[in-house]
Amino acid sequence: MATLNLVQAINLALQQEMQKDDRVIVLGEDVGPNGGVFRVTEGLHAQFGDDRVIDTPLAESGIIGTAIGMAMNDLRPVPEIQFEGFLGPAYDQIVNHAARSRSRSRGAITVPLTIRVPVGGGIHAPELHSDSPEAIYAHSPGIKVVMPTTPYDAKGLLISAIRDPDPVIFFEPKRVYRSFREEVPEDEYTIPIGEAKIVSEGDDLTVVTWGASLFQCIEALDNAPDDVSIELIDLRTIDPFDMDTIAASVEKTGRCVVVHEAAMTCGLGAEISSRVQERCFLHLRPPCSA
Amino acid sequence: MPKTTAYTATIEYISILDEQGKFDDKLGKGLITDEQALDLYERMTVCRQLDEFAFKLQRSGRMGTYPQNKGQEAAAVGSALALTPGQDWVVPSYRENAALFMMGLPMHYVLQYWMGDERGSQVPENVKMTPLSVPIGTHMLHAAGIGYAEKIRGTKNVVATYFGDGATSEGDFHEAMNFASVLKSPVIFINQNNSWAISVPREKQMASETVAQKALAYGMPTVRVDGNDIFAVKYAMDDAVKRARAGDGPSFIEAVTYRLGDHTTADDARRYRDPQEVENWIARDPLIRTRKYLESRKLWDQNKDDTLQERAKTIVKEVVATAEGVSKPEVESIFNAMFAEPHTELVRQRDTMRTSSLGKDPSQTGLKNTTQNV
Repeated sequence: MATLNLVQAINLALQQEMQKDDRVIVLGEDVGPNGGVFRVTEGLHAQFGDDRVIDTPLAESGIIGTAIGMAMNDLRPVPEIQFEGFLGPAYDQIVNHAARSRSRSRGAITVPLTIRVPVGGGIHAPELHSDSPEAIYAHSPGIKVVMPTTPYDAKGLLISAIRDPDPVIFFEPKRVYRSFREEVPEDEYTIPIGEAKIVSEGDDLTVVTWGASLFQCIEALDNAPDDVSIELIDLRTIDPFDMDTIAASVEKTGRCVVVHEAAMTCGLGAEISSRVQERCFLHLRPPCSA
Repeated sequence: MPKTTAYTATIEYISILDEQGKFDDKLGKGLITDEQALDLYERMTVCRQLDEFAFKLQRSGRMGTYPQNKGQEAAAVGSALALTPGQDWVVPSYRENAALFMMGLPMHYVLQYWMGDERGSQVPENVKMTPLSVPIGTHMLHAAGIGYAEKIRGTKNVVATYFGDGATSEGDFHEAMNFASVLKSPVIFINQNNSWAISVPREKQMASETVAQKALAYGMPTVRVDGNDIFAVKYAMDDAVKRARAGDGPSFIEAVTYRLGDHTTADDARRYRDPQEVENWIARDPLIRTRKYLESRKLWDQNKDDTLQERAKTIVKEVVATAEGVSKPEVESIFNAMFAEPHTELVRQRDTMRTSSLGKDPSQTGLKNTTQNV
């Protein structure tokens, strides 16, 4: 089995889905011969050509709006937005069109679209290259939000996202892109959207996180006193998030902390805390905090 | 080095049937058959009647708001005549109803939409169109993508997208023009320049002399036509459709027309428009000149027109009855229509939304059944 980093695992998933389904189209800024600024689409242009790997004009709303049209007409576009900070110009197309089209047309016009976006800080990049906007999109009905952290999860979740009949934002924690490798099967497999992963089991505290923060949490766990047993959950899907796994864990541990990179006000930490309070109130010792 | 010319361009203006009913035989030859001209006149008349009824529906509280199409019917029917229903796509804004009906959309859908029922956007499967689009200028990008899908599948199908003069100020308009031309997407951009974006006149909307010239920046063939002339619109449209089907990419048509009514029923155009300007445009009404054309061809007379007006009223009454006769939408559909399959959390939200039933429905609240036997 090959040992791949996050970039290679995503590249493999794209390559295999494009091979399998000729409706899958990759488009975005510099995704063609250059292979994308992070080289995630490397080699795809050489293999699949101009029609299916499109270097687009430099306009994010244009990229997403055009991809929406493709999806409405039975293609499976996978647009790349170069950095999460540049989702801003495409916000209207994502939230008011990609996310709403099925509901607006009561199922007549659907948008099977996967928007790939590098996310998060920690790579010594300037503003708009280090943001964590996942809660904004989780708040918008009609679009699923995914953020895998490991190469194995990324491949399986990307394949699920591309095959999903509805739009998905696929956030790729850029700090993890080349930071570690793991075994990733060559054969195709999927990981269902909406399922969290218990990274390590424990009895005293539940830690819920996602994205690159996972590695900080692992480091914290490694440095925790030996007599403290911590359960670590990698959410993997931001919306719809796996409340059943979180609740089962908190009912066992009685304590919950949510760790994320994003701004706190009205964030996912607040949402998860609130839901834990509602659902696990009688099991909690201290209140859940973010 | 002496200065040289980097770029020059001219834009044609096309008029075939003028407001006096005078017809250019040379340009208009073979464009629209007598049978088609009769059909288009009837369609425009029915559409005008729909406007009248919709206005009354809104005024009597039976409809939220409605944008009358009055005055712009020729741009809609003249362009749709060049398309093949069931194959070609229409990506509309909201002031080209007659084109949508020609593509196969049942008329009551439009009324349902403006009554606030989203099932009015549940486009039937055999009708190739996206729903009415009320945010301005965002839908043309979808046309670029829809066209691209047709292109790489190797069909000859084309996409017509409609928008007003105000829409051409939006960034997405320019991105759509750029993407469509770079991708050689088979799109026909049909600008209904009706001079007014709610209360803002064209001179305040843009400094360019024409809308058509905006297409030059995107290397797109472009033309300006009399938008109240079904022949001129069809002429430009045939040309554009031919190019798109041949794989030569998008084209632009500026159809110069006028919004004879208010922006919507929520607007009162008397607040900002000179009544004389409106009078001048009433004289250029597309229905009047099409009727003159038909009369000049001995195809029409007052009796026929009286019969048509009555028939149009009957058709529209039936459409209103159909729109008002549909069952009320299920509140649950807000959740059920969100994804192909509603996920667990949406199901939970759906099943607990009826707060007015708090304490009355134990299955929803988890409370003990205390009211059932009261």
